[in-house]
Amino acid sequence: MLSIKNLHASIEGTPILRGINLEVKPGEVHAIMGPNGSGKSTLASVLAGREEYEVTEGEVSFLGKDLLELAPEDRAREGVFLAFQYPVEIPGVSSTNFLRTAVNQVREYRGLDALDAVKFLTIMKEKMKLVEIDQKLLSRSLNEGFSGGEKKRNEIFQMAMLEPKLAILDETDSGLDIDALRVVSNGVNKLKSPDNATIVVTHYQRLLDYIVPDYVHVLYKGRIVKSGTKELALELEEKGYDWIKEEVDAAV
Amino acid sequence: MTTITKHKITDLFLQNKPLTQNFENLRKMGLETLEIKGLPALKEEEYKFTQISKRLDQQITNFKAAQPASLNKELIQKAIFEGFEGDIIVFNNGEFVPTLSTVSHQNYSFSLLSDSKSEILGSIAKVENDPFVALNNLSFKDGAFISVPKGKKVEKPIFLLHFNQANQGQVINQRVLIDVAESAEVTFLENTISLDEEVYFSNSVVEVRVAQNSHAHYYRLQNENRKAIVVNNFVTDIHRDATFTSVATQLQGGMLRNNLTMNLLDSGCEGNMYGLYLLNGKTHVDNHTNVDHTKPHADSNELYKGILADSSRGVFNGKIFVRQDAQKTNAFQQNNNILLSEEAIINTKPQLEIWADDVKCSHGCTTGQLDEEALFYLQARGIGKEQARGLLLFAFAGEVMEHISYEPFQLYCTNLIQERLGSKF
Ligand SMILES: Nc1ncnc2c1ncn2[C@@H]1O[C@H](COP(=O)(O)OP(=O)(O)OP(=O)(O)O)[C@@H](O)[C@H]1O
Ligand SMILES: [Mg+2]
Repeated sequence: MLSIKNLHASIEGTPILRGINLEVKPGEVHAIMGPNGSGKSTLASVLAGREEYEVTEGEVSFLGKDLLELAPEDRAREGVFLAFQYPVEIPGVSSTNFLRTAVNQVREYRGLDALDAVKFLTIMKEKMKLVEIDQKLLSRSLNEGFSGGEKKRNEIFQMAMLEPKLAILDETDSGLDIDALRVVSNGVNKLKSPDNATIVVTHYQRLLDYIVPDYVHVLYKGRIVKSGTKELALELEEKGYDWIKEEVDAAV
Repeated sequence: MTTITKHKITDLFLQNKPLTQNFENLRKMGLETLEIKGLPALKEEEYKFTQISKRLDQQITNFKAAQPASLNKELIQKAIFEGFEGDIIVFNNGEFVPTLSTVSHQNYSFSLLSDSKSEILGSIAKVENDPFVALNNLSFKDGAFISVPKGKKVEKPIFLLHFNQANQGQVINQRVLIDVAESAEVTFLENTISLDEEVYFSNSVVEVRVAQNSHAHYYRLQNENRKAIVVNNFVTDIHRDATFTSVATQLQGGMLRNNLTMNLLDSGCEGNMYGLYLLNGKTHVDNHTNVDHTKPHADSNELYKGILADSSRGVFNGKIFVRQDAQKTNAFQQNNNILLSEEAIINTKPQLEIWADDVKCSHGCTTGQLDEEALFYLQARGIGKEQARGLLLFAFAGEVMEHISYEPFQLYCTNLIQERLGSKF
């Protein structure tokens, strides 16, 4: 589904990603962990099409298409979804209007009819239950004045509405209390299917008790330096990253 | 005289005889003032960024009053927007057109200034405040007088509809006097239609008295041709417990200068000023606003927002004057701008002069680009770049439109704005 080969990316001339290789197949859950500043969000942003990052080498294909060729909106329409680490507050844009515009543009791209207001609301109500999000939040401007937890919940709600094929969750769990974490992970799990895949970026093993990964990767200094199964996450939880850093730095 | 030569002004002045003694007096005052001060010189602080005299010198070759243009019912029909119900007062190059207007006199009265007995003409907009008031004084032929009697509410808005076109002269003089009596209520709409793409100079003065405990709203749209030179002096005297709200939207013109003044003359009164300028091409818009707090417990609120594209230019100057007597004043001012191109320029300046010590005043101005993070966020959800830009810009601009409480006009302006923002800006 997603195939990343030797991906290098830099920002303002500073290399951040230095040769990422990753294969994700339908139905799989991949966890990406790693110390602060190792490039996790950069990878997520590059996949979503953020223009500030310059891809200097490598390729990414998504369902057979060259992902890097596509505009951010077309990536989303093809089925890539990024849950932002820091969702943006947009005053003056109502959550509902925004979502309806987004859903209908995605549908149009996929050759489906636009949803009318009634249908849209029905689907919205249904998905709201999934992530236990309050109607009141959605009548406000997009993310404006939302708490950290509410923003994260809203990301998952948007994901539910857009039904992506590949979801990239960038620290969706950070800062959530246990109840919110349970709700958010339940939402993600309910949306999982044999046809879609998930990449979860996280610092905390506890998320992986809820969203069980097939693979765990460690990103460090812009490279995936170790891959394993969920046991690797437990080991990291116990021992931290120093041993990996030492291994890598010794090899250089 | 500085730039506009004396004989040009004299031409204008000689064109018609004053219709009343009052007009004659105003003309004298205007002439005296202009003889001393002249029109703003290049270095004149108040007109530093808006070289209107220079523009007039270069572009107005026929400094004479424009003669009435040819108008018809279809033009009026075209200017009416969906949902509008109310009276329309039509002006043709500043002259009232009875045959095309609908004046019901329901809870208000309308007359020509020359027929009115009102003595306040010229006492609200004073010649010393701005040389263009003086120029208007000596050149207007006649004008409109609208009064709302005590305790009456004009249920439907009164629409002042101007048609402008250079015609055997390029100068258009407009003069309007509005008198809202105690505890009365009224809403005005104003729009100006340019009949062609030729340059004209429209110099208007609107004076409004909002008497004790009354409420008045004035919603104005400026969407004139790309050469139009416009100076507007809009002055209101707001009395005890009265509220006046102005919402001014500028979409197009050559060079537009608006001087909006609110004199808060007593306690309990409120002056609200909202403005939106969406500029492209070479349009130059200058909003100079001025609030004068004279007595305790009065409030003023001001929000002006601008989006500037291409090589357009915006000027915002917001003066708040709080006199020593005006304790417990609340005065708020905001000016926010988005620049969409490297060539667009905005000059923004708050000007606070506060002589009382127990007041709440705040002001702020921002100038920035479109929020790229927000743009990416919307795109990452599948919204096309152009539409995402439109959504964000409209979110920014829409806040001003919310203050237009007459819904059909709000919708009309909103549609114009969305059309502009949705297309290439
Ligand atoms: N806009 C930018 N300009 C310059 N450097 C940047 C920019 N964005 C990120 N970086 C740098 O790139 C590196 C990787 O950042 P990134 O946000 O991808 O890390 P991360 O692994 O997601 O970290 P965290 O765990 O803190 O979220 C960091 O050193 C960061 O300082
Ligand atoms: Mg990160």
